Amino acid sequence: MSRLSLPVGPGDHAQGPATAAVTLVEYGDYECPYCGEAYPTLKDVQRAMGDELRFVFRNFPLTEMHAHALQAAEFAEMAATAGMFWQAHDLLYENQDALSQRDLVSLGHRLGLPEPMVVQAFDGRFDRKIRDDFRGGIRSGVNGTPTLFINGLRYDGPRDPEALLIALRQAARIRQAAPADGGT
Amino acid sequence: MSEPGLEREGTSMTTIYPTAALSAGTTAPGFSLPATPDQTVSLHDLRGAPAILAFYPADWSPVCGDQMALYNEILGEFRQLGAQLVGISVDGVWCHAAFGADRKLHFPLLSDFEPKGEVARRYGVYRRKEGVTERALFVIDAQGTIRWSHVSPLGINPGADGIFEALQGLASPAALQGVPS
Repeated sequence: MSRLSLPVGPGDHAQGPATAAVTLVEYGDYECPYCGEAYPTLKDVQRAMGDELRFVFRNFPLTEMHAHALQAAEFAEMAATAGMFWQAHDLLYENQDALSQRDLVSLGHRLGLPEPMVVQAFDGRFDRKIRDDFRGGIRSGVNGTPTLFINGLRYDGPRDPEALLIALRQAARIRQAAPADGGT
Repeated sequence: MSEPGLEREGTSMTTIYPTAALSAGTTAPGFSLPATPDQTVSLHDLRGAPAILAFYPADWSPVCGDQMALYNEILGEFRQLGAQLVGISVDGVWCHAAFGADRKLHFPLLSDFEPKGEVARRYGVYRRKEGVTERALFVIDAQGTIRWSHVSPLGINPGADGIFEALQGLASPAALQGVPS
């Protein structure tokens, strides 16, 4: 079974407490329709799990298939420097069909990010971070997008909210039974 | 053995095929397969550098598409490790050409089309009942020896982590000696 090769760390974008019983890591591509489908589901499970869940997003842009995936990832990383990663992440998934650079500038407007700042995002300054996420994903057995890891183990089950909640709650019970396992 | 008449067709010798995927340490069986209507790629052409053979059941099926698309994204990483990738299925060259163009694939897809599945049979990864190859990966070193192989369930995209581990093992054999696995 594939395992997350890079533990979740301070360089990651995370929502929810670091002490949560369950950490769900998504390797995603902002232009991928399957990630778009998973987006509201993941919101639902976050709401249902509350503080029991930490959610982490890592970049896995499939740039040969999706012409706008890389610049969308760059936009989100730029927003992160202004403390607005999750707002950008959500806006991107809610506007998957409008991810040209012009569209991203106007999404930036909605977040209060000035145009020059958004445009700078496309100059390659975030290549390394995005590439590192991607490489870590390959080595962890990411085989497409979205790929999910629950407490460090790749989740290959169905991605409807009910099935995910069962898997997440089971992982929480296992973690609570053996809390010394460390956090990934 | 069933269909003895068909087995004998065109040859007086009986070829014995492996019953399971060839494993590490086996010499990779040679082959020469069409990559386009007028070009062939042989194992000999791939010698001198590590090669990755990715057998997959069919062009166009969703999981295969994802698997080949994933490899397409990480070709640069394979190349950094000096490795060349080829995809192999029983689809014909024109089917491969359309599939490769649609998915913008930058690596060759070889046609194990005639005799159907012959190369897959030699590698022990032909599914006779369905008439397709297994979803199987082989990493072959520069000297032509299989160093790693893996067969996935047909519906599961195996990803690339196993390929990278195998390639890294080839790249630094000295570093691996003395490190218990």
